[in-house]
Amino acid sequence: MSKDVYIFVEQRDSKIQKVSLELLGKGRELADKLGQRLVAVVLGMEPGTSYQKLIHDGADEVVYVEDPVLAEYMTEPYAKVLTAIIRERQPEILLFGATSVGRDLAPRVSARVHTGLTADCTSLVIDEESNHLLMTRPAFGGNIMATIACENHRPQMATVRPGVMGLPVKDENRTGDLTPMAMNFDKADQNMEILAVVRSVEKTVDIMEAGILVSGGRGVGGPEKFDVLRELASALGGEVASSRASVDAGWMERERQVGQTGKTVRPECYIACGISGAIQHVAGMESSDYIIAINKNESAPIFDTCDLGIVGDLHVIIPKLTQAVKKMKESQG
Amino acid sequence: MKIVVCIKQVPDTTEVKLDPKTGTLIREGIPSIINPDDKAGIEAALRIKEETGANVTVLSMGPPQADAALREALAMGVDEAILLTDRAFGGADTWATSSTLAAALKKIPYDLVITGRQAIDGDTAQVGPQIAEHLGIPQVSYVSELHVKDGYVAARRDFEDRYHLIKVACPCLVTALAELNKPRYMSVGGIMDAYRDRQVTVWTLADIQDTVDPANLGLKGSPTKVKKSFTKAAKGSGEKFSVGADEAVTIIMEKLRGKNLI
Amino acid sequence: MDFQLSKEHEMLQKMYRDFTENEVKPFAEEVDEEEQFPVETVKKLARYGFLGIPFPKEYGGQGADHLAYAMAVEELSKACATTAVIVSAHTSLCASPIYMFGSEEQKQKYLPPLNRGEMLGAFGLTEPGAGTDAGGQQTMAVLVDDHYILNGTKFFITNAGYADVYIIIAMTDKSVGTRGCSAFIVEKDFPGFSVGKKEKKLGIKGSSTCELILEDCIVPKENLLGREGEGFKIAMRTLDGGRVGIAAQALGIGQGAVDETVKYVKERKQFNKRISQFQNTQFQLADMQTRVEASRLLVYRAACGEDCKQPFAHLAAMAKLYASETASDVTRRAVQLFGGYGYTREYPVERMMRDAKITEIYEGTSEVQRMVIAAWMKIN
Repeated sequence: MSKDVYIFVEQRDSKIQKVSLELLGKGRELADKLGQRLVAVVLGMEPGTSYQKLIHDGADEVVYVEDPVLAEYMTEPYAKVLTAIIRERQPEILLFGATSVGRDLAPRVSARVHTGLTADCTSLVIDEESNHLLMTRPAFGGNIMATIACENHRPQMATVRPGVMGLPVKDENRTGDLTPMAMNFDKADQNMEILAVVRSVEKTVDIMEAGILVSGGRGVGGPEKFDVLRELASALGGEVASSRASVDAGWMERERQVGQTGKTVRPECYIACGISGAIQHVAGMESSDYIIAINKNESAPIFDTCDLGIVGDLHVIIPKLTQAVKKMKESQG
Repeated sequence: MKIVVCIKQVPDTTEVKLDPKTGTLIREGIPSIINPDDKAGIEAALRIKEETGANVTVLSMGPPQADAALREALAMGVDEAILLTDRAFGGADTWATSSTLAAALKKIPYDLVITGRQAIDGDTAQVGPQIAEHLGIPQVSYVSELHVKDGYVAARRDFEDRYHLIKVACPCLVTALAELNKPRYMSVGGIMDAYRDRQVTVWTLADIQDTVDPANLGLKGSPTKVKKSFTKAAKGSGEKFSVGADEAVTIIMEKLRGKNLI
Repeated sequence: MDFQLSKEHEMLQKMYRDFTENEVKPFAEEVDEEEQFPVETVKKLARYGFLGIPFPKEYGGQGADHLAYAMAVEELSKACATTAVIVSAHTSLCASPIYMFGSEEQKQKYLPPLNRGEMLGAFGLTEPGAGTDAGGQQTMAVLVDDHYILNGTKFFITNAGYADVYIIIAMTDKSVGTRGCSAFIVEKDFPGFSVGKKEKKLGIKGSSTCELILEDCIVPKENLLGREGEGFKIAMRTLDGGRVGIAAQALGIGQGAVDETVKYVKERKQFNKRISQFQNTQFQLADMQTRVEASRLLVYRAACGEDCKQPFAHLAAMAKLYASETASDVTRRAVQLFGGYGYTREYPVERMMRDAKITEIYEGTSEVQRMVIAAWMKIN
């Protein structure tokens, strides 16, 4: 009989990735709904790592494998460990972050154990009647949402989109089990050679990948004035984008232009500052999950295509908003 | 060297629009294209062919109209095209699709299998790695640079914050990103040949009967099922507030918190 | 009568459109502003077979047909009439006469490099004193031992300066009028051949239109195309094919203008609505598209006539006459629908209007086309 919610916790250079914490938060919720346990699985951390934090974040148990073979990601060694855990413990649910690791590892494992896998989920809910996991995800290029179920195979596996699930509520008084596990790796498991690991110094901007965009139009008024937007974007962990007007005026690079002659974006949140909302711009962002518009002009067309409209001066509002966000993040720790 | 490129014919989802009146997708008149990541795979294979004389076969599982995608690949310069088509394959999720494609691949000699990372309609990025598992060969995904030499693949494998330079022995599978290269156009002569002189080989279930387990086919063989699908609502006018800056900030913070954006 | 394109032609159209959108359209404005011959684009055209479309593989061609060729010129013209005429002049006016009238040696020597775009072609008939009156040739060709010596000037020659091979018409026997003209294949490096002044033009500004100067130009005997005295017939037959190309160019310009206008009127708002909602806008565009559609049928009909080896000169004349006058009309109306913006160089319609005009003039003016049609109708 399968039971318990398992989370693949991803580490890079022994740092746990944010998406894994988001999964713990969601996993806790699912486990509670099912009346089952939440187990975190961590591979490849440095020996001597403390895993208590994962317990505080909601896990009832942390299963960990510390082996130099697992320090840097490679498909087969990771797949071997996860497969062994699945076969031994028979999880009800197994979740991965939809990262370049998760989306390489999860399909391989799901095929090895012959179960269903749903990719890039933005919503996970336990069905009231059947207790199956209902996994909702974008498809058709993000134009539709599909709800998927894996009824007859276990574990129900999913990769989850980073930045969508909330962070867990920390409880430093929680206790749980820490379970070390060992694995024998032979030559056949290390079936490729990593000749070099090159860490990025500088990331090129791709506004289409950003979860949050703070976008500026003619109302921003000048290249230096975009700094306030940059600060907000940085505080929110997002990117700066712009309308065509700002690009044509030379205030922003063309790579950041949103609109019919620029890029089409679908972030979780699009904050349009001083953008009038011409059709050519709206066409590039109207599928965003949540649109906030800030404009001095009450009859600006942008207010016809947003979720939250604020009539006001962005130069006053944005800096205050940035302060509030920074303050909140500090208190979260 | 023998390369097999798996491709999918997809609707051009970047052209899809929402009907503002009904809130549903306008699917008519959307052109069908070769999935962009797969096209990069074809181009990568053709470049290896130009450098080393490799033989390139293109394989696609799809309905009969996927013939057009295979003709396009022929017009780009591949050596052979195979369409894997059968009613029995319909409704397949990624497990069933990958099982079916792997069954076909077991009948084609290959040193390197190239798939696209992700299709722009299904958006799962699962089929490539699942094929590799069924075939029992190593996989390298998110490949942004690819070279082949002496029976080895040398690839650059991208992560969010780093990349690996990988060396892996053939046979292996690689998933290509559209950023890998700029695919060539079809040539005029290539298009004429694709329709006049050249063939698309058609395989049905009968052709892979000995390598596939029928329990893994189509809708019945799919562990995952779509329970429902729906379009995201078209944006209309939202809540509008004309308030002072501090109050505005409070409202925004509340909304951002509620949506787990902070 | 099947009005559906075959699968090959549909796929060709798709490729032409992708190529034009990504490789031609982005440079169209610069080509016009800088009056720049698009050398890099021509290399790309060569790579994908645009410079040898209707010729058989055995001569290095792409093995397609004249319909495929006309469609290519049409699609290119939607974005850039300059790029389109480079292809058209090269294919219809140079490679084509060699293919139709050349000896096997000439075909084997010139067609493969022309079809692969390793060499670019051009055609020299027009002279300062011989335009519509093409028979008034002053350029002379005299046979001396194993070569001809050519003397004279050619004018308004498309692709001049970039072409490697020129089909030159010259008089070998002045006493018998047009039956004394002959055609020659002249390579740019033949002694005595040079390219003169480049014209500054109203439109197709990136197209290189120059004077050719033949000063005791030495042309080997083997480069006589066809027989002495056949030159005028070769020229007229060549122009029939060229007319299909120019008609296709005009068709593309017209359709391109309509497409740009439809896009614009859906965005532009006046009096609180999109101007696309006004009946005048809709009626104008309906008229424009209908005329362009009619041009299309004439152009495709003429191309198919050529492919089927039917008499098609009158069809080509009708297609060029109608498509060119339509292009001028449609582009003028497009600028009007754009209003002030259409007059600026920020939008492409003013360029399309300037480009359209030449299609009523070169490769036989509209008046010449009317003469051809009337003659075919046997009215006289």
